[in-house]
Amino acid sequence: MSFIQNVQKILKQNVREYGMYIALLAIIVFFTTMTNGIFISSRNISNLLNQTGYIAVLAVGMTLVIVIRHIDLSVGFLAGFLGAMAAIAMVQWHLPVVVVIPLVMSMGVVAGLITAFPVAQLGIPSFVASLAGWLIYRGALLLVTLKTGTIIIPNDAYNAIGNGYIPDITNLNILPGMHKLTLLLGIISVVLNIFNEIKNRQNKLAYNFEVLTMDMFILKLFFTSTVILGITWVLAGYNGLSWTVVIMLAVVAVYHYITTKTVLGRYIYAIGGNPEAAELSGIDVKKLTFVVFGSMGMLSALSGILFSSRLQSATTIAGQLFEMDAIAAAYVGGVSAAGGVGKVTGSLIGALVMTSLTSGMNLMGIDISSQYIVRGLVLLIAVIFDVSTRRRGK
Amino acid sequence: MNSHILEMKSITKEFPGVKALDEVSFSVTKGEIHCLVGENGAGKSTLMKVLSGVYPYGEYTGEIHFNGIEQKFSGISDSKKAGIAIIYQELALVPEMSVYENIFLGHEIQKKGIVDWNETIKQSVEMLKKVRLEINPATKVMELGVGKQQLIEIAKALSQDVKLLILDEPTSALNEDDCENLFDLLRELKQHGVTSILISHKLKEVIGIADTVTVLRDGRTICTLDARNGQVSEGILIKHMVGREINNVYPPRPRSKHGEVIFEVRNLNAYNPKIGRTILKDINFNVKKGEVVGFAGLMGSGRTELALSLFGNPAGFEISGEVIVEGKKRDFKNPRHAINSGLAYVTEDRKGNGLILIQDVKQNITLANMKRISKRGIVNENNEVKQAIEYRKALDIRTPTIEQKVLNLSGGNQQKVSLAKWLFVSPEILILDEPTRGIDVGAKFEIYTIMNQLVAEGKSIIMISSELPEILGMSDRIYIVSSGRITGELSIEEATQEKIMHMATN
Ligand SMILES: Nc1ncnc2c1ncn2[C@@H]1O[C@H](COP(=O)(O)OP(=O)(O)OP(=O)(O)O)[C@@H](O)[C@H]1O
Ligand SMILES: [Mg+2]
Repeated sequence: MSFIQNVQKILKQNVREYGMYIALLAIIVFFTTMTNGIFISSRNISNLLNQTGYIAVLAVGMTLVIVIRHIDLSVGFLAGFLGAMAAIAMVQWHLPVVVVIPLVMSMGVVAGLITAFPVAQLGIPSFVASLAGWLIYRGALLLVTLKTGTIIIPNDAYNAIGNGYIPDITNLNILPGMHKLTLLLGIISVVLNIFNEIKNRQNKLAYNFEVLTMDMFILKLFFTSTVILGITWVLAGYNGLSWTVVIMLAVVAVYHYITTKTVLGRYIYAIGGNPEAAELSGIDVKKLTFVVFGSMGMLSALSGILFSSRLQSATTIAGQLFEMDAIAAAYVGGVSAAGGVGKVTGSLIGALVMTSLTSGMNLMGIDISSQYIVRGLVLLIAVIFDVSTRRRGK
Repeated sequence: MNSHILEMKSITKEFPGVKALDEVSFSVTKGEIHCLVGENGAGKSTLMKVLSGVYPYGEYTGEIHFNGIEQKFSGISDSKKAGIAIIYQELALVPEMSVYENIFLGHEIQKKGIVDWNETIKQSVEMLKKVRLEINPATKVMELGVGKQQLIEIAKALSQDVKLLILDEPTSALNEDDCENLFDLLRELKQHGVTSILISHKLKEVIGIADTVTVLRDGRTICTLDARNGQVSEGILIKHMVGREINNVYPPRPRSKHGEVIFEVRNLNAYNPKIGRTILKDINFNVKKGEVVGFAGLMGSGRTELALSLFGNPAGFEISGEVIVEGKKRDFKNPRHAINSGLAYVTEDRKGNGLILIQDVKQNITLANMKRISKRGIVNENNEVKQAIEYRKALDIRTPTIEQKVLNLSGGNQQKVSLAKWLFVSPEILILDEPTRGIDVGAKFEIYTIMNQLVAEGKSIIMISSELPEILGMSDRIYIVSSGRITGELSIEEATQEKIMHMATN
């Protein structure tokens, strides 16, 4: 078989997986040409990734919630409310940042457990339970910002989370104007990725599993390496990696690991695939429902922290519609509404697709009304694509 | 023009990694009852799915002639229009809806979009008469037993002027009376010119009802036999199905002395708050080490509820009574407790609460005992693969790879995965609920052999089965259950079909 045919075959077999990446690439190429390259400029990409951060962490948590056949509508205003609590803790209670962050994250966990209670213990549909949460946290946000209105956060360390960049190696004289540490991290992750892939491939070969042919394997490595290096190069041209991106990648990495490598992850997907069978297999479905909603609450807190520190303030409408963006990102990223299927890495790509659309259309000067319509259509197309490739796969 | 209502010619259907049908030819004469038999995974269901348009034209190769016209169905609705109705083993009724709503679901009697309920009810009564069901058409389907639900499916087909009725393993979940009932109905429909295709693993009933039998093996047509004048025997069918002779359906087992009592239940009562009924009353029984204890009874006699009550009570019944495992009183709060004490429960309904269909074979096998393939919560995938391959081999699960989704396996192979999953927890006491439902003769033999191995190792088995020959062939001791009570206990020496039936129906 010729090389091209091989590529076509691989693409065809994995349309669903690669489809998302290709779509993201197409969106990037499209906006880059439409904006004469401004879209792909270091500054814009850096901004775009920072904007993705607070949605992406929500989308990661939401992935698990949807996988176990639930939904959480309360996360947007919960994020807004907890962002405000962080501001209050610093401004009014004068607590240091190192205390505020764990404090707010724990509040998030508690909030998630509270949402889980009626769902797991009383069998209330999560749509309803979390809709109640949506109203309650919206009210709570307005309540705590009632006297002050927008709370300005004067804390530099805190604001660095949403606006700062990782430090650079200063005493090197090569590549002026580039962020060296970012480049170094990029190279390290490329090397790690290659090692990891080779190890995986050898493992599979040892079990006589089907693997990509050698040329396809090299092509894939080449492709992923180029993408990673490309992104780091672009970012290094501006301020380097931002803390937001570091946090976002860390969250995705941890959750990816949990979902793919641990017993906990297995159990979560088993519950999504068939709750009754899971229960009879000795899985504590109730407990894991609490765990998943608790993690969602914690990530809502993180989202609230990222957003408030980015704005350097807590506003009265912070978090509005975040839940919808997160849910959309998860669906675009291939999470199945029927439960049991979906990857956190997919949701990250989904979040990137959605913010790229916003960013690109902003640059093109498209007004906000059309932007909503376009994003709605993209969501629809993504889900239709997902469902139809899934059916064909059967 | 010949008298064939249906001719399928050189049908080939491939799935990734499997050729499910390989140039299959299949003809059905007008007005006959045609049985389709073959091992698990032979391609029976797939052939019927091709016929009914589940796999549309273009996804298979070959020709389908129905009523003398070549058909290229692009979906079930096309085949329905042509007069083909298929009834799957998993019934497709809406439990919360009434009988009449279900019968006309999808082809409501209507005028400009407004449903004429009076006419609907009137016609439903007629349809119910045709299938000889005397029930109020306003009854909710969920209040009916499987047997009656099956008849409603047929009523639904009849309401659409069906010419060819396909039944995929309709009897595997029916008791004998319901089976007889169903077969009488098929014979009657035959008088009215309806042709039927019937898939079944119960060869006795096949011989009883079939005019013609076609045998499939490994995706090929082996032969088509005339079954009208008694030339077809079980032996002949088995030989064609598996390619060799099987003389002994139940592998012999040395009936050695059993050990001490390992599992005992005393005065168990259970109440189901959801339906507001007492479901189990004064249950007392015991199981000895190395013993197969059969639980006989009719469908719906409460045996599955009993198993659920013992296995950590996930359904939330209100239970009183004592469970004693190896001399210790136990109160299982959930299935995990039961598993940890050495119990395992292969459920009756593998699709409903047994397997995770969208996950692959290996994940299903390991799910109930992740401890065995993980360390500190991290899954060792290599070990998982190794173990899964072993179990696949031990149970001869036919699947292209262990990474195949269970959804894509044939019914019988799904059942084997279910069994593998519970053997993977190495239980001391294995509860099997209808272990060979939908399983072919060869695979049955394998499953019985595994059961024998387990008891030889000193494990104990509680086998719930509605098939008396199986109960008599495999048990050491038999409890008979009727309406939530144990109405009798028989040793294998004293047990006969008649005695059991008598106790099961009083
Ligand atoms: N959707 C699918 N994807 C992949 N393979 C499939 C699919 N459906 C069926 N198969 C395979 O095709 C073969 C035939 O399956 P089929 O369900 O027709 O068997 P069957 O004769 O009905 O068996 P049983 O008696 O166990 O129900 C099996 O090997 C099965 O694994
Ligand atoms: Mg079948």
